[in-house]
Amino acid sequence: MTVETKLPYDKDYIKQFSAERNEPAWMNSLRLEALDQAGSLEMPKPDKTKIGRWNFSRFKHAAKGEVISSLSELPLEIQDLLDQDNLPKNLFIQRNQSVAYASLSDELKDKGVIFTDIFTALTEHEELVKRYYMKDAVSIDEHRLTALHAALMNGGVFVYIPKNLQVEEPIQSIFWQEDPEVALFNHVLVVADEGSSLTYVENYVSQNDEQETISNVITEVIAHDNAKISFGGVDNFAAGTTNYMNRRGVAYHNATIDWALGQMNDGNTVFENETYLVGDGSSSEAKAVVVGRGTQIENFTTKSVHIGLDTHAHILQHGVMKEKATSIFNAIGKIEHGATRANAEQESRVLMLSEKARGDANPILLIDEDDVTAGHAASVGRVDPLQLYYLMSRGISQTEAERLVIHGFLAPVVTKLPIASVRAQLTKLIERKVY
Amino acid sequence: MAGSTLVIKNLHVSIEGNEILKGVNLTINGGEFHVIMGPNGTGKSTLASAIMGHPHYEITEGSIHIDGKDVLEMEVDERARAGLFLGMQYPSEISGVTTSDFLRSSINARREEGDEISLMKFIKEMDATLDFLEIDKNMAQRYLNEGFSGGEKKRNEILQLMLLKPEIAILDEIDSGLDIDALKVVSKGINKMRDENFGCLIITHYQRLLNYITPDNVHVMMQGRVVKSGGPELAQRLEAEGYEWIKEELGIEDETVGQNA
Repeated sequence: MTVETKLPYDKDYIKQFSAERNEPAWMNSLRLEALDQAGSLEMPKPDKTKIGRWNFSRFKHAAKGEVISSLSELPLEIQDLLDQDNLPKNLFIQRNQSVAYASLSDELKDKGVIFTDIFTALTEHEELVKRYYMKDAVSIDEHRLTALHAALMNGGVFVYIPKNLQVEEPIQSIFWQEDPEVALFNHVLVVADEGSSLTYVENYVSQNDEQETISNVITEVIAHDNAKISFGGVDNFAAGTTNYMNRRGVAYHNATIDWALGQMNDGNTVFENETYLVGDGSSSEAKAVVVGRGTQIENFTTKSVHIGLDTHAHILQHGVMKEKATSIFNAIGKIEHGATRANAEQESRVLMLSEKARGDANPILLIDEDDVTAGHAASVGRVDPLQLYYLMSRGISQTEAERLVIHGFLAPVVTKLPIASVRAQLTKLIERKVY
Repeated sequence: MAGSTLVIKNLHVSIEGNEILKGVNLTINGGEFHVIMGPNGTGKSTLASAIMGHPHYEITEGSIHIDGKDVLEMEVDERARAGLFLGMQYPSEISGVTTSDFLRSSINARREEGDEISLMKFIKEMDATLDFLEIDKNMAQRYLNEGFSGGEKKRNEILQLMLLKPEIAILDEIDSGLDIDALKVVSKGINKMRDENFGCLIITHYQRLLNYITPDNVHVMMQGRVVKSGGPELAQRLEAEGYEWIKEELGIEDETVGQNA
């Protein structure tokens, strides 16, 4: 089925948008080519979720946000994301499509760390961005949404850690969609050069419960030989936002990419988290928690692709579904021919809190190599009445007992989030969504 | 008379339509230690579960009151807050919830809002009790019963008993699967609870627990009823002679439930 689709924004608009930001010529033409492709490419087809009627076309594309002069000007919801006792030294806050706040410690600057908004990076670090932007991880022409992303990219950050530098202090980004109608085509590019390491955490926040818009977020994470990236994310787009979120990693020789993701969006969501274990000895742990509520429909695919020798991946996803929420969890371990001694483990568990909630966990192993190890576990169930009975037999109320069981269910992921304030904030969000 | 009183009258209990208890009568006062003995399959654990409100058991007839209040009208947590405690034969494992957090939530559930136990006081009490029961302090930070050995689970039940200080405790086969050292520690914990405000119903089919705990009243269950009651001497006779003489005396051929005399 090929349908010529009328796209909401045209070539002239994109040319002007790009020109206003002084983008290099290659970026300008990348956008225009992508727009062409978007017209003929098909929508993605997430397994077992029909997205044909979802809103991917009604949105506003451009909106500016004001700069803040101090973190105390931020709304409390955003301040909660920061460790108030130990304010982050390396923090980037994007308000709509403007940089509201940006700080990077002098020490890291001097050592050559780059942590800046994507538009500045395109002019000041053009060659580096060009080297990685939609090349090794995500391709423009995967489907219409990747192409639209490339055409309409309107925000994001670029993080680069030079060779052999171990960054101890976490680096944190907050993407705050203050305008309730503006769409976020956010592009995050994280590159850890050989032998370096970093902890990066990002938060997405919006409050548009009524107004419709979309997010189309692509995150590319590149770990060069012997690099180690610990990536944390908490997504909290409000009910009005339809989300396509794609976080993809490429790990080279002996590199590690670990993910800890809290997916708390209230709107319909297609989410992909893939890690390509290209180099020998590379590894990845992908942990995700999801809370679904209302009538939202979500599709989560977490995938490890084993290409190098001795690659190890462990996927762990836990979801709680309440009210009429529906979620599909696909965990895919793909072992390519020649990926000898690969180990692909996965576990997906869904806890349903109401009769009308729906959850589906699909363990998928695609193996083209003989000498491998792979394992999967999946379950979909309700809160165990005997667990509640045990807790209540000590005087704990049913509500509190359920709270304990749900927290316990999500703890294996929540406790892995790399920044304490984000961990606390995720716990708070879970409280708010579950009760 | 001090303490609370649990009165069970003509209790009939079914599970999935099969009647297990067929008219149990029992009264436990504060200060008293009762033991229910009997071979397997005679309804002892069903009695314990029915008193606490296990979701699989249905009460078809009879009553349970604590200090005049109707226990069968209460939710499980209300029964606990009314003073009941059940040390379970098979405690649930709860992943992600530490033993320590669970204990504190349980203690606070019995206290008024605003009167929660302070963290310092809680830790002090918990540590002292862990020491008393010879439990490794790491257990407090482990997830509740997850990966615990049989003996650790039983000690954990007694730990909860000692910290929650209920008025009436029912201990369901608290001695099963314990080696002799663990049995001594568990018994030490139960004996420490003894005072005029604490009543206890111990369910066992091994007499060996009674080498360490001296009951005031001994009851024998068969076919879903209490068929014989007596003092400590009854336990001694059971130890010496087994259950056959009771069966003969009452004309029972098969003591398990589902059989009628």
